[in-house]
Amino acid sequence: MDTNLVEMFNAALDWVKMILDAPSARVVLFGVPIQGHIFVEVVLGFVIVILLSQKSYKPPKRPLTEQEIDELCDEWVPEPLIPPITEDMRHEPPVLESAAGPHTTVNGVDVVNFASANYLGLIGHEKLLESCTSALEKYGVGSCGPRGFYGTIDVHLDCETRISKFLGTPDTILYSYGLSTMFSTIPCFCKKGDIIVADEGVHWGIQNGLQLSRSTIVYFKHNDMDSLRSTLEKIMTKNKRSKNLRRYIVAEAVYQNSGQIAPLDEIVKLKEKYRFRVILDESNSFGVLGSSGRGLAEHHGVPIEKIDVVTAAMGHALATEGGFCTGNARIIDYQRLSSSGYVFSASLPPYLASAAITAIDVIDQNPDMLVKLKQNIALLWKGLSDIKGMSLASNPESPIVFLKLEKSSGSTKDDLLLLEKMADRALKEDSLLVVSSKRSFLDKCRLPVGIKLFVSAGHSDSDLLKVSESLKRLASELLLES
Amino acid sequence: MITIPYLTAVSTYFSYGLLFAFGQLRDYSRRIFDWWSTNNLHGYAPICLAHEDFYIRRLYHRIQDCFGRPISSAPDAWVDVVERYSNDNNKTLKRTTKSTRCLNLGSYNYLGFGSFDEYCTPRVIESLKKFSASTCSSRVDAGTTSVHAELEECVANYVGKPAAIVTGMGFATNSAIIPVLIGKGGLIISDSLNHTSIVNGARGSGATIRVFQHNTPAHLERVLKEQIAEGQPRTHRPWKKIIVVVEGIYSMEGEICQLPEIVSICKKYKAYVYLDEAHSIGAIGKTGRGVCELLGVDTADVDIMMGTFTKSFGSCGGYIAGSKDLIQYLKYHCPAHLYATSISTPSAQQIISAIKVILGEDGSNRGAQKLAKIRENSNFFRAELQKMGFEVLGDNDSPVMPIMLYNPAKIPAFSRECLRENVAVVVVGFPATPLLLARARICISASHSREDLVKALQVISKAGDLTGIKYFPAAPKKQEEERDAIKLD
Repeated sequence: MDTNLVEMFNAALDWVKMILDAPSARVVLFGVPIQGHIFVEVVLGFVIVILLSQKSYKPPKRPLTEQEIDELCDEWVPEPLIPPITEDMRHEPPVLESAAGPHTTVNGVDVVNFASANYLGLIGHEKLLESCTSALEKYGVGSCGPRGFYGTIDVHLDCETRISKFLGTPDTILYSYGLSTMFSTIPCFCKKGDIIVADEGVHWGIQNGLQLSRSTIVYFKHNDMDSLRSTLEKIMTKNKRSKNLRRYIVAEAVYQNSGQIAPLDEIVKLKEKYRFRVILDESNSFGVLGSSGRGLAEHHGVPIEKIDVVTAAMGHALATEGGFCTGNARIIDYQRLSSSGYVFSASLPPYLASAAITAIDVIDQNPDMLVKLKQNIALLWKGLSDIKGMSLASNPESPIVFLKLEKSSGSTKDDLLLLEKMADRALKEDSLLVVSSKRSFLDKCRLPVGIKLFVSAGHSDSDLLKVSESLKRLASELLLES
Repeated sequence: MITIPYLTAVSTYFSYGLLFAFGQLRDYSRRIFDWWSTNNLHGYAPICLAHEDFYIRRLYHRIQDCFGRPISSAPDAWVDVVERYSNDNNKTLKRTTKSTRCLNLGSYNYLGFGSFDEYCTPRVIESLKKFSASTCSSRVDAGTTSVHAELEECVANYVGKPAAIVTGMGFATNSAIIPVLIGKGGLIISDSLNHTSIVNGARGSGATIRVFQHNTPAHLERVLKEQIAEGQPRTHRPWKKIIVVVEGIYSMEGEICQLPEIVSICKKYKAYVYLDEAHSIGAIGKTGRGVCELLGVDTADVDIMMGTFTKSFGSCGGYIAGSKDLIQYLKYHCPAHLYATSISTPSAQQIISAIKVILGEDGSNRGAQKLAKIRENSNFFRAELQKMGFEVLGDNDSPVMPIMLYNPAKIPAFSRECLRENVAVVVVGFPATPLLLARARICISASHSREDLVKALQVISKAGDLTGIKYFPAAPKKQEEERDAIKLD
């Protein structure tokens, strides 16, 4: 049966071949005998060519006519420039009528001031006022130009040299605004493709710099060295390639948002192990930590050369304005041409630079101010140790004493309102200026909010006692009822 | 628009090509020499890649002495420029204690408040003694003093808006305010020659950015129509809001913005106008109120007016003026207001006193005199330069006048020649300007006297002859017929 089928099949095949071969049975073209199947293939080839050359059907592309564009423009309704103002947005800050020293005047009443970062009490110091006055008489107020175009006054160069000498670094660059120091320095060295590991609690200036740099940012848990170690481990195992990939760790010495102090010795150990560079913001530790005020590096006994880039805002211990960045000569030189906040902005007014020089001289000659500050912080800690409803969340050595809410209401907005009410009552009833946390909607920090107290060496023991009593009372009244 | 002569373009490209070739040669030989010196990076990536700072090392360092010249006196009409010397071919410059007294054509000192002023400085010193140099605190904590409150009211009245907010730095004002006003889903249309601070603020906000041709309202209208019809990229949803950003005077061109046309276009298409008056506030307009006063635009039509105090008021800082609600919103959300140290109180007092002088509220007419002087000086200087055959940019009444140089070799030549004759000028090249269009920029001040300007003209003319930058034929004058009128090179 099978063989029959096969034979019939073969016979049919032979018939077909004969039919196809018939017309060209004896044609030999180019030495190749033409067989019948060639014709079929040629016909198929023609069909394919015809199909391919057909234009595929696309719906016709009609651009919008002028009239349609005009209609769309007329119909479009933009959002209002700002959302409607709510009542809590109308809160007015206290208006000072005298210098923001440890005691100041608000509305004619003498008020104890814990809201100025005047750590060494240099506001109102006669030496600073003297040097400012002579600078004002010589140079006027403003410098009328960016550093590249006759805005470099010899006071700026003297200030940079003084800071380098004080910290023991090769070179320094001065910025005219504290907040712009970080967001100009970071985009200078970090470009697209680089990797930055940053603490999640850094302040807005640093966050803005990280965003402008367009690098890959990885956050680690606030001040948690284990989290940092595991993050670095993960990054290094993922990117073993690329010798030109720059890697940075960004941290603050004393965190503005929480008062914690970064453990620099561990960070340096990790950095050397994984070959990262460290960018450190010493705004709140310059002039405060360390036995002679030289900052976090002295406090932990780490040589300053191990930190690659140190920046600081001068609006804290130095009682002046502006900021600076120090490091080795290559880094500072590079910033003089590519840092946008330095090149495209007017330079620091000369009287503020001379105030900075005088302030550093004062710190050098009077190290007992630092001792007094440490004593004040310890006294305040003792007074606030058993406050109900709030707990001390900052480091015992940091000049920013941070009281966080033990039980959050769940929404940051309500917490902020409650803390604002507490600060207002402290001002009205007890004549105390304290700071309640403020968060802009642009701020990505999610740390807990609370009350901040900036301790100064100029505060007396009675001031510290007064603030502890007042906060204890207010906390028990406002927090236990909610 | 600047049209560069053909021959000049060819010679400029050739110069840059030569400099680039030499630079590459030196880099190559440096690499060979460094090959057997040890690399002290130990596994770290180099902090600046070789090609990133090629321009700095090989082109900029050669002419570094023309930039960043330190001064040792106030930035007034005459200034002491400190002499510097270099031992390693301009790579590093060292100060000396000698200085030369030069005529200052480079500082932004439009109304002459840059030095000791008889009305302002005593009041500034008084406020320094009362409030000290800084408040060490942000505006919302304990940084608002009575001077700050007075300043904001004063600025708002001066500019012609209901309210104002002041920050400590002009650059940071733009970078911190634009992200608060607009975010993802919004559109920013900015002039192609806007300042870096605006570009930074726009990038930081997350909105889409489109650029329109410099100072061309017709192109702005085309871009607006196209963008509104198209909507957001890829999703084609309608834009949430559109902000058009322009400047009053463009600092590298000296041109005044065509504000009336731009405002009418924005009104028609319901876009918001953001005006950056960094150089124009205090310098133009009959009472110094800026470009709105000069061109007759109602301040209520401009939604957000921004400016800085560094130029005309001799101080530091920036402001934003707008409706009361806008300022209230910004005070609640702007990061520069919430986190940054407030503006130094003596600087704030300087601004208040300067505004009082300009408006004549100090009891004298010095303000009106200064404003008339600067207009007279600018127009005289510009007319004379054009008569001499220089290619000068900018509109009438604008105190900023760039003189075109083009060729990179002329940049240091012009600057050093002028300094030799005790005139301090500012020269700008790439990357602040396009590659081919290097220029020298003159800033006129109200404290320049007529003799100062005549001396400056003589020196600039001499330097211009030596470097060959008189690209236009000079206006024929009887005694200048011999000095060849046509000098197109």
